[in-house]
Amino acid sequence: MNRSELEDLAERERTRWRPCRVLCCSATGCRAAGSLDVQSGLEQAVQQQGLSKQVEVVPVGCLSLCGRGPLVQIEPQGLLYEFVRPEQTASIIASINGGACEATRGDLSHPFFASQLRIVRENSGRINPERFEEAVAEGAYQALGRVLEELTPQEVIDQITRSGLRGRGGAGYPTGLKWATVAKMPAGQKYVICNGDEGDPGAFMDRSIMEDDPHRVLEGMAIAGYAVGANQGFIYVRAEYPLAVSRLTRAIQQARQAGLLGSDLFGTPFDFKIEIRIGAGAFVCGEETALIASIEGGRGTPRPRPPYPAERGLYGCPTLINNVETFANIPAIVRRGADWFASIGTEHSKGTKVFSLTGKVRNTGLIEVPMGTSLRQIVEVMGGGVPNGRVKAVQTGGPSGGCLPASLLDTPVDYESLTQLGSIMGSGGMIVMDEHTCMPDVARFFMEFCMEESCGKCVPCRAGTVQLHQLLARILAGQAHPADLRHLEQLCQLVGETSLCGLGQTAPNPTLSTLRYFRHEYESLVAAHSAER
Amino acid sequence: MLEVAIKRQQHRPDALIEVLHRAQELFGFLEPEVLRFVARQLKLPPSRVQGVATFYHLFSLRPRGAHTCVVCLGTACYVKGAARLLDTLYSLAHIRPGQTTADGRLSLQTARCIGACGIAPAVVFDGETIGQVDTEMLTTRVKGWLHESE
Repeated sequence: MNRSELEDLAERERTRWRPCRVLCCSATGCRAAGSLDVQSGLEQAVQQQGLSKQVEVVPVGCLSLCGRGPLVQIEPQGLLYEFVRPEQTASIIASINGGACEATRGDLSHPFFASQLRIVRENSGRINPERFEEAVAEGAYQALGRVLEELTPQEVIDQITRSGLRGRGGAGYPTGLKWATVAKMPAGQKYVICNGDEGDPGAFMDRSIMEDDPHRVLEGMAIAGYAVGANQGFIYVRAEYPLAVSRLTRAIQQARQAGLLGSDLFGTPFDFKIEIRIGAGAFVCGEETALIASIEGGRGTPRPRPPYPAERGLYGCPTLINNVETFANIPAIVRRGADWFASIGTEHSKGTKVFSLTGKVRNTGLIEVPMGTSLRQIVEVMGGGVPNGRVKAVQTGGPSGGCLPASLLDTPVDYESLTQLGSIMGSGGMIVMDEHTCMPDVARFFMEFCMEESCGKCVPCRAGTVQLHQLLARILAGQAHPADLRHLEQLCQLVGETSLCGLGQTAPNPTLSTLRYFRHEYESLVAAHSAER
Repeated sequence: MLEVAIKRQQHRPDALIEVLHRAQELFGFLEPEVLRFVARQLKLPPSRVQGVATFYHLFSLRPRGAHTCVVCLGTACYVKGAARLLDTLYSLAHIRPGQTTADGRLSLQTARCIGACGIAPAVVFDGETIGQVDTEMLTTRVKGWLHESE
């Protein structure tokens, strides 16, 4: 398929669209709340009311506000319905032409929706992720076509570098630099890997991107393949995300049938294939060298770097590994230009970031905001704050991150600010905790996680996390001495400095950050014990 | 049937994880005989197959119950009271995570995070994810399973 055929297909699809589209969320969250029944109810209602010419029901990806599902949105009228039950579907369809409707109305002008800036998620909740034509109608694969026909690999890398895009998996390594390193390696077999092993508990941004708009990820990977000189890509997805796996598998098939993956893409000599690899439940596989070991069919244990995967990665070949969200940014940067992307965000953190906002907060779900947005804006304005209470802390970065106290809510969310405060951006999980949350217990929760997920290869992580967990449990049981707190800190430092991979190096972060901001809670637990004796 | 899957992977040793997934799908769990068969077919040392099968949480070396209940223990679910759900399950069926009831009706597992954080706390009942689960809902489901007739 060439670019004009692609444009024709897009045009045909757009003319097929009915003037009114009833978008019914079919993502994991709403499905669990019963959205499939709602969808068939809506379809029946359209039939019964004789509106098939004007109205179509479209199962779409995540409509963002997961806590209030099933969600139904009607466009272009801009109506949102929450907690929809199948028996309300007839009146929802009738409301398109002004009928009364008893279903709960949502407010699309609320900051939760209005303050979002959607780049990665621009198609989420707008298209049917299982239909190739809908993605094409929204411009899928146009960027790939442009890149292959008009740009040299070096020009693509320059554009990504100039955009200032940094890795969205957590560490924030400049994407352009990573691509340039792989491209510079001698020609030969190279690979592109998409890391979809989103293991941080409390984070589901990548799941949603893969489920809602799989073609965007595939297109980003193909562009990367062209830029670095790779002809084979792998997507590694957690087995816990069955819907993402099935949608990606379908999308790969569709793209292959349309000639957008495979050989001689867009009539150029460029070949690119993508295969899917499914994880089997190991958090450490999010670490790039462990992930490579897992794709090779082995135990997912990391190895020391250097050599970095860019030099020696999958099967010993130069390998580019980026996160799902990083790849999903690529088509937009190519389409709209590096300068446009660089104009969004802060000086060192460009573009937007998707966060999954969960925990004790009124509006739970997915939001995409420009880098540099304050935590207060996200948690209190968009999230609506804690129901019947106050924010005590916000956890970012999962087991590798930290807990920031309410007094730091005005912190802008960017890589540097969060790191400076002892947390990390991480992949984008943001969990709100209220006054009932015991912070040393949160630290213990994450330490237990790291202890169980430690792959056992290096001693500091394997043994250190066990020791740290025991210390935390002792503190919580009120059986600790004041000296144990010092011991805890020393051990945290040791594990952080001497572990082999990111899992162990960052495992102490939740403990250290709660010690830093909520030390009095630890002290009162220890003091209670000292007073007893 | 497992042979078909192995053939499709062209006996490639790096397809080990895919093959084990398929084997577990077919047989419910990975018994020693299956692991030995896979090792022979992929020309891998049995230790390597055993090592991989025990490394990943999703591979089970023991038979599962007729029904499976997976309680998500992700951070959001934890903050919203997933531990209470585990207590409830213990009082109902007297099993802890990783265990199966003596009559083989119910297996209890936990997940690190199933990515359904927006609807926490989440539980997967026989593959069906349900959100905002409370003890009452859990009790009804599980009691139904424990007392259903053959």
